[in-house]
Amino acid sequence: MAKQVSPGVLALRKVVEDVYREAREAKERGELVGWSSSKFPCELANAFGLHVVYPENQAAGIAANRYGELLCQAAEDLGYDNDICGYARISLAYAAGKRAARKFDPETGEYIIDPSTGKPMKDADGKAVIDEATGKPKKDPKTQTPYMVLDDLNEIMALPDGVEKERRLAAISPIRQMQMPMPDFVLCCNNICNCMTKWYENIARMHNIPLVMIDIPYNNTVEVDDTYVAYIRGQFDKAIKQLEEISGRKFDEKKFEEACANANRTAKAWLKVCDYLQYKPAPYSGFDLFNHMADVVTARGKVEAAEAFEQLAVDLEETIKKGETTTPFPEKYRVMFEGIPCWPKLPALFKPLKEHGVNVTAVVYAPAFGFVYNNMDEMVRAYCKAPNSVCIEQGVDWREGICRDNKVDGVLVHYNRSCKPWSGYMAEMQRRFTNDLGVPCAGFDGDQADPRNFNAAQYETRVQGLVEAMEANQKAKEA
Amino acid sequence: MSINVMLDEFKEIAANPKKQLEHYKGQGKKAIGVLPYYAPEELVYAAGMVPFGMWGSNKKTISRAKEYCATFYCTIAQLALEMLLDGTMDGLDGIITPTICDTLRPMSQNFRVSMGEKMPVIFLAHPQNRFDENGLAFTVAQYTNVRKKLGKIAGAEITDEAIKNAIKVYNRSRAARREFVKLANDHCDVVTPTKRSAVLKAAWFMSKDEYTEKLEALNAELAKLPVCDWQGTKVVTSGIICDNPKLLAAFEENNIAIAADDVAHESRAFRTDASETEADPMMALAKQFADLDYDVLLYDPQSAKNRRGEFVANMVRESGAQGLVLFMQQFCDPEEMEYPYLKKALDDMGIPHIKLGIDQQMRDFGQAYTAIQAFADVLEMNK
Repeated sequence: MAKQVSPGVLALRKVVEDVYREAREAKERGELVGWSSSKFPCELANAFGLHVVYPENQAAGIAANRYGELLCQAAEDLGYDNDICGYARISLAYAAGKRAARKFDPETGEYIIDPSTGKPMKDADGKAVIDEATGKPKKDPKTQTPYMVLDDLNEIMALPDGVEKERRLAAISPIRQMQMPMPDFVLCCNNICNCMTKWYENIARMHNIPLVMIDIPYNNTVEVDDTYVAYIRGQFDKAIKQLEEISGRKFDEKKFEEACANANRTAKAWLKVCDYLQYKPAPYSGFDLFNHMADVVTARGKVEAAEAFEQLAVDLEETIKKGETTTPFPEKYRVMFEGIPCWPKLPALFKPLKEHGVNVTAVVYAPAFGFVYNNMDEMVRAYCKAPNSVCIEQGVDWREGICRDNKVDGVLVHYNRSCKPWSGYMAEMQRRFTNDLGVPCAGFDGDQADPRNFNAAQYETRVQGLVEAMEANQKAKEA
Repeated sequence: MSINVMLDEFKEIAANPKKQLEHYKGQGKKAIGVLPYYAPEELVYAAGMVPFGMWGSNKKTISRAKEYCATFYCTIAQLALEMLLDGTMDGLDGIITPTICDTLRPMSQNFRVSMGEKMPVIFLAHPQNRFDENGLAFTVAQYTNVRKKLGKIAGAEITDEAIKNAIKVYNRSRAARREFVKLANDHCDVVTPTKRSAVLKAAWFMSKDEYTEKLEALNAELAKLPVCDWQGTKVVTSGIICDNPKLLAAFEENNIAIAADDVAHESRAFRTDASETEADPMMALAKQFADLDYDVLLYDPQSAKNRRGEFVANMVRESGAQGLVLFMQQFCDPEEMEYPYLKKALDDMGIPHIKLGIDQQMRDFGQAYTAIQAFADVLEMNK
């Protein structure tokens, strides 16, 4: 069922499009473009008016567009092991110049269509048209897409000007994530994982560019100790000096304050949007929140992101008033989805949930990105609170809070091959959810970017099991 | 005492950590389990306790640890937990859990939760931006916390003097191990790969004064021998750990000696000394951590250069080895992330290498044997 797209969602899409477009335009003008980890304090780069793009968001987009495997394999061919985070592999392959490109006939330049793609052709009555020759449904040629192959930007750029060069450049996938400009500097904050440290060092080495490193050590307590604040504050000061050298500009206090104000406003609006999932039935699916993550990651310091989330909150208020929902099925059960989604397999993730009336009404990203602060020290503390940098008590508290507020009946846990820190204390967390909340949990194996690590049959069985447990729970409550 | 008797003693200790633990406990000493990487063992020694390295086990099978860990976790961490859950290390009075990699971060929580009241779990977070005053202050703060908690277990505060003494003991031990590595290269006919590994591994299960005394005695005997006229080939080993005698036996069978190593469990752990003249011994330990370099787990501010890859490649050249064997610990992101640039540095210098995927649950070494055998022929051609 086609979703009606609200003004807020449209505005959010535009915000991300603009981030990429502006970065491409800046690069063309000869300005610097940086690559940043998702939870690097963007306020610092914003204070210098620097253009920054986000490899994690890019990797998620590439994975969701089904190029994840191609790029992951390209990274493996460069020597990066297939145990490494899929986002990192995609990003490192891209940084090395690898691109997903449409296959074309070298004689004609025509793209070669992959017959397995496309939607079934339908007749005037909406029935599938059967191909007499094969007995199978005919594909609508308008929806069919070319084969995707791997190409190498460095190789293309080394070609003499001419038809081949033009064709190969034009064949590179036009999705914005495959058109991200190459970096002139990198901004790394390892609050989400230490893999980030080596990932960004590798990019810095590939391109011989400066790296700004903000190290946030793992935390064993819910409170952030003052020694952490002092250490990280010191690194902020050093990062500012490095950014002054990189940009050739002085730190602009006013721009910094503006970015902080915007980031706070975005966080508040984001939390407000997340909180609409507390309604029963929820006015939208938590899966939509995953899509809006792109805005929180790439543009939380921009006023446009804050405004777009505020608009979405207004839209959702209307939806609630009308008693409507954008979830394309009646909500029978409500679950928390634990972890990053398997981007290449979103339809497969959604299918059994839809079948069983399971709506995702809680995701961990809600509290994880909704950080609000009033001064620099609080900002430091906020950046210490990334999903993978906090102790188990904090992790459990966040999740149980949203599970209670958003009234979930169960928890679906993604054991994500790409993310060791995230999956690291998940078994203990599951035990606590069940003990503390009395809800069943089901785990499945998957990957945020590499489709080879996801098994649809196992996932469906686990969802089925969870549904049965939730049903039994419901019956017991009714009795 | 003959060299072989001494080597056998080290072998016995390396193979029986539980017996060693019981030996120290029998002396009325307390013992602290120390997980990888970079925990300041000097503080444990200064507290009058025995540090016990916890680098997994080649003999155990992961069973109880599965209650806490997903399958795709480094077996060193999982087996360390296994030994804490199955009673093997019940004699410990506490453990220190550093958190420098993505497995050890959440594992610190699993250790704390699973140990509950059983034993204190001392958390340690090292800084990556460890070089300037700011980073050093953070390391000192973390080490001070470890010091306090160790003092509580020991039943007495750890004095600065005790730490200064511990630094001296550890520097001497590190120097002895560095010397041993050189001597093992000169006398690789006597110190075979399995024997070399056992000597270095035993350090993790012995009080360092005792260990150093033993090692210095061995070094003295080795130094008396004429440098061997090695007819086989030599390699540098690299990786997190390569202590499996069965796997190392393949080197011996193919006349491959170990000239030097870039292994976390071996030389990476004793490359860098702490200052004995620094007024504040805690600062001396913090600076020692800051001075650690060329390490896959640590941030390199000059990351645009391939310093670590070139360092290891130079080690191959300078040690007289013909190639490098990389023991790639399964699910070890930091090692895996640095492999392409290690490969580049080796290729640029024309140094052959093989990458052997290993984990501590490996029981069948057929594939590794074949790879090592084939590599021996390549090395022969590079002599």
